[in-house]
Amino acid sequence: MAPYHTRQKIRQTYSWVGRPLLDRKLHHRMYTEICVKIEGCSTPMHIQVGQFVLIEGDDDENPYVAKLIELFEDDFELHSKKRARVQWFVRFSEVPAHKQRLLGRKPDAQEIFWYDYPACDSNISAETIIGPVQVVALAPDEVIPVDLKNEKIFFVKLSWNEKKFRPLSPELFAELEKLQESSPKCQKSVEAMTKNIESPAWTTTEQVVKRIESSHSASKSRQTPTHPVVPTARKRLELGSLGFPRTPNTKISQPTSRASLDSSGRTKRKVNFSETTSQTKRSHLYRSEMSSPALKTPEKTGKVQPFCAKDDKKVSPKCCMILRTRVPALKTTQINEERTLTPVKGGQRPSVPSVVLKPENIKKREAKEPETQNQATTTSHRIRRRSSLLTLNRIRQQLRVLENNKSDQEEEEFLPTAEVSDSSSEEEEASTPALSRRNTRCMSRNLQPFLKPSMQTPSKTPKKMAKSRTPRCATPQIRSRNLAAPEPASMLEEARLRLHVSAVPESLPCREQEFQDIYSFVESKLLDRTGGCMYISGVPGTGKTATVHEVIRCLQQAAQANDVPPFQYIEVNGMKLTEPHQVYVQILQKLTGQKATANHAAKLLAKRFCASASPQETTVLLVDELDLLWTHKQDVMYNLFDWPTHKEAQLVVLTIANTMDLPERIMMNRVSSRLGLTRMSFQPYTHSQLQQILGSRLKHLKAFEDDAIQLVARKVAALSGDARRCLDICRRATEICEFSHQKPDSPGLVTVAHLMEAIDEMFSSSYITAIKNSSVLEQGFLRAILAEFHRSGLEEATLQQIYSQHVALCMMEGLPYPTMSETMAVCSRLGSCRLLLVEPSRNDLLLRVRLNVSQDDVLYALKEE
Amino acid sequence: MSSRKSKSNNIIHAECLSQVQRILRERFCHQIPHTNLFGVQVQYKHLIELLKRTAIHGESNSVLIIGPRGSGKTMLINHALKELMDIEVVSENILQVHLNGLLQINDKIALKEITRQLSLENVVGDKVFGSFAENLSFLLEALKKGDRTSSCPVIFILDEFDLFAHHKNQTLLYNLFDISQSAQTPVAVIGLTCRLDILELLEKRVKSRFSHRQIHLMNSFGFPQYVKIFKEQLLLPEEFSDKHFAEKWNENVQCLSEDRSVREVLQRHFNISKNLRSLHTLLMLALTRVTVSHPFLTAADLMEANQLCSMDSKANIVHGLSVLEICLIIAMKHLNDIYEEEPFNFQMVYNEFQKFVQRKAHSVYNFEKPVVMKAFEHLQQLELIKPLERTSANSQREYQLMKLLLDNTQIMNALQKYPNCPTDVRQWATSSLSWL
Repeated sequence: MAPYHTRQKIRQTYSWVGRPLLDRKLHHRMYTEICVKIEGCSTPMHIQVGQFVLIEGDDDENPYVAKLIELFEDDFELHSKKRARVQWFVRFSEVPAHKQRLLGRKPDAQEIFWYDYPACDSNISAETIIGPVQVVALAPDEVIPVDLKNEKIFFVKLSWNEKKFRPLSPELFAELEKLQESSPKCQKSVEAMTKNIESPAWTTTEQVVKRIESSHSASKSRQTPTHPVVPTARKRLELGSLGFPRTPNTKISQPTSRASLDSSGRTKRKVNFSETTSQTKRSHLYRSEMSSPALKTPEKTGKVQPFCAKDDKKVSPKCCMILRTRVPALKTTQINEERTLTPVKGGQRPSVPSVVLKPENIKKREAKEPETQNQATTTSHRIRRRSSLLTLNRIRQQLRVLENNKSDQEEEEFLPTAEVSDSSSEEEEASTPALSRRNTRCMSRNLQPFLKPSMQTPSKTPKKMAKSRTPRCATPQIRSRNLAAPEPASMLEEARLRLHVSAVPESLPCREQEFQDIYSFVESKLLDRTGGCMYISGVPGTGKTATVHEVIRCLQQAAQANDVPPFQYIEVNGMKLTEPHQVYVQILQKLTGQKATANHAAKLLAKRFCASASPQETTVLLVDELDLLWTHKQDVMYNLFDWPTHKEAQLVVLTIANTMDLPERIMMNRVSSRLGLTRMSFQPYTHSQLQQILGSRLKHLKAFEDDAIQLVARKVAALSGDARRCLDICRRATEICEFSHQKPDSPGLVTVAHLMEAIDEMFSSSYITAIKNSSVLEQGFLRAILAEFHRSGLEEATLQQIYSQHVALCMMEGLPYPTMSETMAVCSRLGSCRLLLVEPSRNDLLLRVRLNVSQDDVLYALKEE
Repeated sequence: MSSRKSKSNNIIHAECLSQVQRILRERFCHQIPHTNLFGVQVQYKHLIELLKRTAIHGESNSVLIIGPRGSGKTMLINHALKELMDIEVVSENILQVHLNGLLQINDKIALKEITRQLSLENVVGDKVFGSFAENLSFLLEALKKGDRTSSCPVIFILDEFDLFAHHKNQTLLYNLFDISQSAQTPVAVIGLTCRLDILELLEKRVKSRFSHRQIHLMNSFGFPQYVKIFKEQLLLPEEFSDKHFAEKWNENVQCLSEDRSVREVLQRHFNISKNLRSLHTLLMLALTRVTVSHPFLTAADLMEANQLCSMDSKANIVHGLSVLEICLIIAMKHLNDIYEEEPFNFQMVYNEFQKFVQRKAHSVYNFEKPVVMKAFEHLQQLELIKPLERTSANSQREYQLMKLLLDNTQIMNALQKYPNCPTDVRQWATSSLSWL
């Protein structure tokens, strides 16, 4: 894309077109059109609200795509008063790598996705707009028209909300369609969406940040507001340069005087966004905010010192010392390391930043910066230098402390709440590694000192310490393979893939009733904002866990559509715990991200569920394999069933176990009474149900004969009704089918014979074959055992008795009889196979022997020869 | 001149022989995956296909390889893994975890070992950090994050699988099988066990998650194949340095396999055990007899080795006993005959012995009672007799009930071979009534 390369070098002037419309509430002047004049180009570009635009981003080759929603002028923005609000689109390459596969197909080169992620900041500098572009909305199944395949046109089919790809909603689609023809100005829906997220709680926090920011930029020389490089819109990452106006010449003493509460309406919003979004953005925000004074002159540090001095009371004096001495040096990374040593909060990780702090890292990052930053002033606030950053962190903290002291107590109240949402967003972030890598850390660090202990960020940093030597912040991850797994080639392979138990079907056939019951139970609890327990039983492989997962999935979808209130879902499995009390640790970790010992976690959870009066969202807790949580005192079960009875808890507990009468059998009365009588039992699948399940999995795939499916369904239904067995047998049968057909290209159908072979292989007893294949002496020994049993009329004999029988038998047949040692060896061999049950061999001749197979089986096996 | 020539010949032979010994010993003692698989081609194909599907397609699987000891379970899996690693696409894309139920005696150790072998990020050097619970959740988290197409498949090989089933709650097995049955990191769980009743050991939830694939190795070959195996085990490889010697050696092996007495020895060995490991023991014993002066195996060597193999260990002990001790054992034998396997005590044995000495014996000196007691205790130390109850300090040793751990046939056989056995003792042994 040649036009964009040169863009930065060409000077562009942006000017409003038309008369402003004053927005009284936000103190903006709204415009409908902007005019971009490019140097050396005679015709100016006119861009109207509602048009699709390209926006300058990190990558010059692939600028961001967005739809212009609003154009306005904001006096409180420092370097760029011309602002725009946009609805973002994402390119496929911007989707985090590990989520890309969610699309399930290869995207087209010009395909973009409606970015349905309200938390993303949509307020950008209008001067980052490069130019108009054409975006065409397509239905999800439409193919991209070939004739339109030029680079200037983008296609949108799906929306992306950081979790999944969805088709565009019909209204949206219609709207986009309409836009294609004309350029209307109906962005209400989008605006409404963005407004929704605002919550008043954020405002104060934001102001603090803003004020601090302004103080930091104090002694910095200003850059020209029209500079093309500075205000690059980085929609995901660099909100800092946009979100925080740099007021020239603000003194440090100024922040306390509250930069006009009413006037900061719009900046407020920006911070709101950044606060609610994942930490990526937040930390970036701080980072870029911090980065500005990176090259500050020592006179600035002089200003820093007083604050540090005050810091002494809060933090260790050592830290302060270092700050004072090292800050002027600027390049040292030492501060950072020292800082981690300060006893800020217990939950901190030691030596976390050691890797990131290496000077070459900084250099690398510097190198990455575009070379356009030859002007010292602009460079200064782009270079991200850790040391300065942390210095600034410190200063900011100090400022906060100061302000808090200044009686603005409300801020303190709000900060923790901010963090709550933050920690949850961090959990989400754990699965979004691509972009966030190095950013999360400083954030959590910054805020930590201000948190109540219970609200701390999780001490485990997700997904970033690739090179870390500290095991405490290690990432649980198996390395990925170099070569992606190939797609199934033949029909049988495809069938095998679908028949694997792990393949999650779109719907669960044959469990509609159970699904409905569980769904309505949880839904009613969610709607009533109450708690409750449910006990689900059934033999293994009857779809208990799968059904509950399905219910939760549906409810989560409903929650997104605002049909039910949002809820938090936690899953624990008794079998995945080392010890029943560990369940507290797991619940707490999944709920808040904290780590604690079992006892402490139990206390924290009890406090959360029984004491907290603040309205919170409902928690749905799935406890799988409940019977494993049994303890002697049954305190774990008691607590699990007791919490939902508290009104404030809003806890729905779904428990799963195998036995129907578990509550009666192993639970004390007070526990089973709390569990209540909401029970459900999953019956083993019948043969017709199994048939239906297989049918639904093999939809449109003719790999099995109908009779074969019926056979396996009947067999399994008669044995156990375990769906897993059914699927495994079918899978094995496809393999047998493949083996038996020599030519791999025409494997043919899986027949009844194949299935019978698979069933035989899996269920036939191997004892008889084992006896048939044992050596002559072993067979003789078994014969002797039978003879001895027959003689004594007992089912047990000592080795000595059997030996004498054996010798007698051998003599009768005229064979050389074995020595005692050989017989012992034979006996222990048969014992290790468990054909015989034998006592430990230290009893020597006196060890007692029993058959582990029926005598008839042994006779049968021996006679066959 | 001629002596020098023979000397140099000897040196060459010595070198060759030491090489032969090295090659064959490695073959017998280490479980080197052989180039040939004996009678397990079907099973091998099943296993290798399964492993390939895991490695290439990322399909999770679980399988148990069941067979008696020495039937080649480990050999099979090693062979399969070797072939798998030879595939270029696979070798980079696979992780292996080897566990042994005898080493990882509980889940805690097993988890640390898994984490170490996967070298996850909570491993520093050889140490795994964190508590049991942390390790478990860490590992599960790690495995859960993966998916079929993008993560590296892991092959878990659980040797002595039955011992894992005895771990508390079978947590490890549950989790491994659960991963193999859910859309997580692709794994292949391969259990090796000799227990035929292994499925009964699994808890119902664990059992349900296990795919019920079983590969049985049953030593299902006949004698002709056994002879073939014998031959292949002894043949020197093509790349042996001294071609001439190798040729001669192989010729000799060929002759041996056709020799009647050798076949008899093999047949006898085969009848006792089809186990290849016992064949290795036999060949190893024969191989030790190969020296410079005796450079080629003979049928006699094998026969000797066979005799060593089938030796009764207790008969050997009896050979080393004194006449008094032999007499005591004979007395015990008679007591057993008379009282039909009822336990006896020292006093009874002493009385029986006294009867013999007083009435009949001419060659056996009448020992003092404490001397006889000493001999009796020596027998107990040799574990030829065993007390019924544990010996306590204050119990009277003379009256402690004992059982003889020798069978009548063993005693008679031992007596026949006993050097310088007095005739009257031998007579006494044949009949308890002969002294009347």
